[in-house]
Amino acid sequence: MDKTVIRAKDFSHFFGAVPVLKNINMEIFQNEIFGIIGPAGSGKSTFLRALNRLNDLIPSSRTEGTLEIRGQDVYAPGISVVELRRRLGMVFATPVPLPRSIFENIAFGARLAGEKSRGRLAELVADCLKKTALWEEVMDRLETSALKLSGGQQQRLCLARILALKPEFIMLDEPTSGLDPISTMKIEETLRKFRAEYTIILVTNNTKQAARVADRTAFFLNGELIEVDRTDKIFSAPSDSRTNDYISGKFG
Amino acid sequence: MTRLERNERLIRLALLLVAFSAVSILVVITIFIFGEGTPVMFKYGLKKFLLSLDWFPLEKSYGLLPMIIGSLFVTAGALVIGVPLGLACAIVLTEFSSKGLRRILKPVIELLAGIPSVVYGFIGVVILVPFIRDNLGGPGLSVLAASVILGIMILPTIISISIDSLEAVPRSYREGSIALGATRWQTTRMVMFPAAKSGIIASIILGMGRAIGETMAVIMIAGNAATIPRSLLDPVRTLTSNIALEMGYAAGEHREALFATGVILFIIIMVLNTIANLTSKRRAP
Amino acid sequence: MRLHIDPKIEQRFFRALLWLLTGVTVFILFFIIFYVLKRGLPAVSLQFLTKNPVEMGKAGGIFSTIVGTVALTLLAILIAAPLGVGSAIYLTEYTRENWATRVIRFGSECLAGIPSIIFGLFGFILFVTKLGLGWSLLSGGLTLAFMILPTIIRTSEEAILSVPYSYREVSFSLGGTKWQTVTRVVLPSALPGIATGVILGVGRSIGETAAVIFTAGSSLHIPNSLFSSSRTMSVHFYILAREGISMSNAYGTAAVLIIAILAINVVAYTLMNRFMRKYC
Repeated sequence: MDKTVIRAKDFSHFFGAVPVLKNINMEIFQNEIFGIIGPAGSGKSTFLRALNRLNDLIPSSRTEGTLEIRGQDVYAPGISVVELRRRLGMVFATPVPLPRSIFENIAFGARLAGEKSRGRLAELVADCLKKTALWEEVMDRLETSALKLSGGQQQRLCLARILALKPEFIMLDEPTSGLDPISTMKIEETLRKFRAEYTIILVTNNTKQAARVADRTAFFLNGELIEVDRTDKIFSAPSDSRTNDYISGKFG
Repeated sequence: MTRLERNERLIRLALLLVAFSAVSILVVITIFIFGEGTPVMFKYGLKKFLLSLDWFPLEKSYGLLPMIIGSLFVTAGALVIGVPLGLACAIVLTEFSSKGLRRILKPVIELLAGIPSVVYGFIGVVILVPFIRDNLGGPGLSVLAASVILGIMILPTIISISIDSLEAVPRSYREGSIALGATRWQTTRMVMFPAAKSGIIASIILGMGRAIGETMAVIMIAGNAATIPRSLLDPVRTLTSNIALEMGYAAGEHREALFATGVILFIIIMVLNTIANLTSKRRAP
Repeated sequence: MRLHIDPKIEQRFFRALLWLLTGVTVFILFFIIFYVLKRGLPAVSLQFLTKNPVEMGKAGGIFSTIVGTVALTLLAILIAAPLGVGSAIYLTEYTRENWATRVIRFGSECLAGIPSIIFGLFGFILFVTKLGLGWSLLSGGLTLAFMILPTIIRTSEEAILSVPYSYREVSFSLGGTKWQTVTRVVLPSALPGIATGVILGVGRSIGETAAVIFTAGSSLHIPNSLFSSSRTMSVHFYILAREGISMSNAYGTAAVLIIAILAINVVAYTLMNRFMRKYC
């Protein structure tokens, strides 16, 4: 059953006078992996950051239209941005482990939310590391610096970090762009397992990744949503010629 | 809105108050110095103030020229001594010696920056001044003595910051040069040094600032005669010594004249800082 | 025709020259320390450190000056550090970079370079005279605080600005508020730099003479209130040396000063190393 959990209604996003998202009308369903593809500068990352309001950090940022999560407008006045961001975990393109131990990295979000009990934190950390298949590799060195992990491990650490907040949504912004194929594969496997528990939005530069992993895929171009459909349909018989051109590599 | 988010506004206000207080203090200092000092400068005549040779404050004659020249000579002398020695040290420690040596010596040299200036002055009095007096003539309390001691005092500043600048040059520059067959010295002279130039110049300007601002050491060894020195062995008085020597008993307009000296120093520092900022913005290609 | 020198010979020459100059430099710097310590340490004893000066410092110890130094430095840091770090936080994290922040930064840089004698003059006129605080710990402490404030603001700002933006983004995206981000991510990473600035301030306060003589006075009594006049070790050393009261005591005071500064730097260095190892 396709239940809509995120709905963009005529949603536009501006930085000062420059529109970076133009009139987006889109729905994302519960427990799906939703892929977003498109060339650089098409607004894919901006859309993610509009969802968790990370763009608020940019002073000239302005929105029009509505962006709803479970029926509630994300930009309504009085909304707790803090709670919003806990619900929408975000993984960035370059893994950013904080300069602390592996344990403290994962516990970071929970501590922000007020969790103090060392016992509960330890359980939480173990749980998250197991979910991201990192536990076996680091269980005996939780107190060592996270900066010492490999790129692929760091990215899985960042994934585990957001799981600690028990989010509903996981948003990934080109998560494997700097990783080797094996780490990429491990992360894609993890995402497939997560589908049952979370709703996943995956922005990727790599169209083949979307084809492998996403249930439905959206194609963004110049801030506009060109087309969104089931992944197999997008990649075999797209409705818009521009989608076809992008996928076949005529531009990128 | 969570409670934490509601508190954010209070926190922001509190920090604003703190910043405002700090900035107000800075403003008060500036306004105070200029406020006390500029009226007398203009009442007496700016040109006369800066260019007259006669500093006889008790007779209302406020000519700063001997002190301006004194500060200039002594600072120049300090640079003549401090820059070659300091840069040589910085170059040797970064390019021609092991990392271990640098890790030991650099903190020690930085430590030397913390030695009170009166100690340096004292060393000057007991060792350098008699030496000059006995071997080179003159009273010993001289431009030379002041230049040497000030030069030594600014060494840690120049060395420390120059080392930082040289260390900040990307390793690829050095490796590329050596790969092209250059010797280490050629690499240093033609690649590393120019690349670190802006930082090195900044260190020299900072050293200059320290030399101009030094008071206690200079009072002890420069002789404090308010006349233009004609040779390295003549005594000299700097702008800073001028203030310190007379502050104890200055009153009324005399005191304002000392503030005016402070204004001149402030402007000099401002100019130096602007130059330092401009040179550090221009990065080596 | 250009004179061509074999690069290897050129290198040998300059290498020798540079090592010579370096040797001279290092020798001079170490000589100063050893000279003072050699003549000063014999005068330093437990009695020297715990007894008060007698006969204007000709005999006795330097206890009251140690108290004066500690009190003055503590006062200066307690005022300048929170003020300086707090405003650095506000200026970097809570405001956008605009003309005002640039002016403030330039102003701080200039004031950080102003000779301390001018602060002495300022403190003398404002605190000692106009505000009627007289020669006191309060006048001296306030003057020193104002003197080191610009440096603390500047170094704290630099330290905070050097923390990567991505760290902050991570904190925000995990639901951190601005204040949580500042205290849990930015400040811990910026702490080594901030601490350096504060320690620089401490060092400067301990060694400061010009600004202190004219504001805290030179009383040899142990200060018993913020309004008492007091003498610091640097001032004591200066007076002993200048007036020729007692050379051995002068050297002794200088030796204690140098060792104190050395100890502070070493402690700071080790603390910072340990801190960085934990957080990096």
